[in-house]
Amino acid sequence: MNETAPVQSQGFYTEDMTISVGPQHPSTHGVLRFVVRTDGEVISEAIPDVGYLHRSIEKIGEKVTWHGYVPYTDRADYLAAMFANQVFCMAAEKLAGTEVSRRGEFCRVIACELNRIASHLISVGTFGQDIGAMTPFVHALRERETINNLMEEICGARLTYNYIRIGGVGYDILPETCGRISEFLDHFEPIVDEYNRLLSYNKIFIQRLAGVAVVSKEDALSYNLVGPNLRGCGIRWDIRRDIPYSVYPELEFEVPVGTGQVGTLGDSYDRYWVRIRELQESCKIVRQCLKMLPKGPAIAKVPRKFKPPVGECYARVEAPRGDMGFYVVSDGSEYPYRVRIRTGSFTAMSIIDKLSKGIMVADLIALIGSLDVDAPEIDR
Amino acid sequence: MQSYIDQLIQDGYFTGVPREVVYAIAMVLVAFIVLSVFVAPLAGVTSWLERRVWARMQSRIGPNRVGPQGILQWLADGIKNLLKEDLIPSAADSKLFSLAPYVVFVGFLCTFVVVPFGSTLIVADLDIGILYVLAVTSLVVVGILMAGWASNNKWSLLGGMRSAAQIVSYEIPAGLSVLTIVFLAGTLSMQGIIKSQGWAPWDWYLFNNPFTFAAFFLYFTAALAEGNRTPFDIPEAESELVAGYVTEYSGMRFLFFFFAEWGNLYVIGAVATTLFLGGWQVPPVTDDAILLGVLQFIVFFLKAYLWVFIAMWVRATLPRVRVDQLMALCWKYMVPLSFLCLLGTICWMLAFPNGNQIFSVAMFVLGLLILAYFLKRVLFQIRHARPELYFKPHI
Repeated sequence: MNETAPVQSQGFYTEDMTISVGPQHPSTHGVLRFVVRTDGEVISEAIPDVGYLHRSIEKIGEKVTWHGYVPYTDRADYLAAMFANQVFCMAAEKLAGTEVSRRGEFCRVIACELNRIASHLISVGTFGQDIGAMTPFVHALRERETINNLMEEICGARLTYNYIRIGGVGYDILPETCGRISEFLDHFEPIVDEYNRLLSYNKIFIQRLAGVAVVSKEDALSYNLVGPNLRGCGIRWDIRRDIPYSVYPELEFEVPVGTGQVGTLGDSYDRYWVRIRELQESCKIVRQCLKMLPKGPAIAKVPRKFKPPVGECYARVEAPRGDMGFYVVSDGSEYPYRVRIRTGSFTAMSIIDKLSKGIMVADLIALIGSLDVDAPEIDR
Repeated sequence: MQSYIDQLIQDGYFTGVPREVVYAIAMVLVAFIVLSVFVAPLAGVTSWLERRVWARMQSRIGPNRVGPQGILQWLADGIKNLLKEDLIPSAADSKLFSLAPYVVFVGFLCTFVVVPFGSTLIVADLDIGILYVLAVTSLVVVGILMAGWASNNKWSLLGGMRSAAQIVSYEIPAGLSVLTIVFLAGTLSMQGIIKSQGWAPWDWYLFNNPFTFAAFFLYFTAALAEGNRTPFDIPEAESELVAGYVTEYSGMRFLFFFFAEWGNLYVIGAVATTLFLGGWQVPPVTDDAILLGVLQFIVFFLKAYLWVFIAMWVRATLPRVRVDQLMALCWKYMVPLSFLCLLGTICWMLAFPNGNQIFSVAMFVLGLLILAYFLKRVLFQIRHARPELYFKPHI
């Protein structure tokens, strides 16, 4: 749409500028594209264009065995691979009625919450970088590096873990590793405060985010925002608490929600702040799990030829980018009949068009960063 | 400088050559020497230092391979960029596109003509020194606008437009702050301004009265904005505009922009030192003219470089402001405040025509207290940030 509007009768015309933000752009966090129409700096329309990173992960599910599909789920969201592992295994277990070993459940929660910390660190770090602060990003990645080392110790991989298997986890968490995890937590909790002093309480940072791209409660629900984006609007909804799974009912943790402390309820800062608070909550959860870690096998006995009975099921977990669900259909064979993945980033993309009207180019970057959209998770 | 050449002509070195030709050749030679011996290494080493300082603040190591501690990194980068293909996009306006980096470069280089490194070490002590600095640095905006327009790229265009608006706006508070000192000194000449101050801190214009104290910070902030530095680096805002007006540039032309940026940092420090911090003034410790000259140079260089370091520190700490906030900061706060400083200084001059020594000393003590409080805060942050993480990034 190329509108031209006469400004005056002298024959002057103004024309909106159409800019393609992405697929190669420093702030789109992967290959993601927006077709942006701007009047100078002010955006009149930003249409997301998804699909650059589509890898047919859902279709692949129909061609590999139930066990063999677990490594593919890693790739759905490589920043939080553990959650896709877990949710697929939960779906398979639900279908087959497999009982997960108790130690396995605790190992899952420890690994997942460490992964959540790593994912949120990337999120808040790159968010800082989007706003122009370069140092917090490097500090966040420094801490994430330690988590990667811990993950390597736990499961041998640093990014795509393939740790959680149907019936439990692939490898037991060793006592030495438990020690190192709690050492890391002791080191990490003060780092969050340091991070806040450096970035979160910075006047310029707050000015850039307060009251920018406000999502109302109604919009959040009707656009199906999930996870920290939903909680940033003040809606206390967390799958871990409201549809409990695994051992979360036994653990004590808070669900932080946005309060509009520096601007309007549901602005970019609230979404950011929810993530910072969740870092601390995840630390608490990991500590409790380390204390409660029971003895026993890490994985239940599951047949190698895993054939769940005919049926379908939907499992969901609270991933760092919100409610992640796997819809799995079994026809009783060795292969899933259908796999469908539901991710938080994809739904978050749809609200960008609505929120971007009338904001500035710099705010669009803040908006994308605050929604924490992640290209592989959008396209799968 | 001119007297030295006149002396040479009188001694019969250039018989048969018209005087003007000798002058012209001498000027070119001096420009070449200044450029190759001082400015290029200065900008280069500043770029290396920035990367190292930045890396340390971010618990990284930074470039440390070329030369001792990587100090020759800029040379390696320069050679690499010289050898790169000189790409001009086919849709670009090739003449303007090629010319733009030189305009920016000339704009910053010309300021070195009046930077007073010592009582005798100055290329030309122009009568309109500080006005000349303000004038030639405005050339930079022309170059940036040219680059932004000629690239025929929307990101470049946005960057160029932002830059033009920003530099033109921030010249006003910077100019008004400079004017405050010009009123006090009664001269525009750089040497004249320095000579009217003393070596002792309470003789500096920084502590002359509360208004000059405020004007200094206004000047430094406005100069950072004029130099496109964080938190005002919106024209090349990496995360928003890809690389702003330099998006389409590559190789040496790309480097010229950054050469100018890093060199400009030093100019900001040098002008601040000249105007507010007593310039090259040293205590009269020796009668040896050469030794005194060296001392003056060192003092001036270090004072100016301190502000370069602080600019790097600021860049590593602060996020970027938005373009409308930037304009609001300039027009709503900095312009009225700098006017206030100007009027306040004029009133002060009427009240104390010969200055007020006691008040200057009191201001100096106050300044020291502010500095002490600031350092205390810095130490608090360093203690709580656990410095071992910074000095050993890979524990």
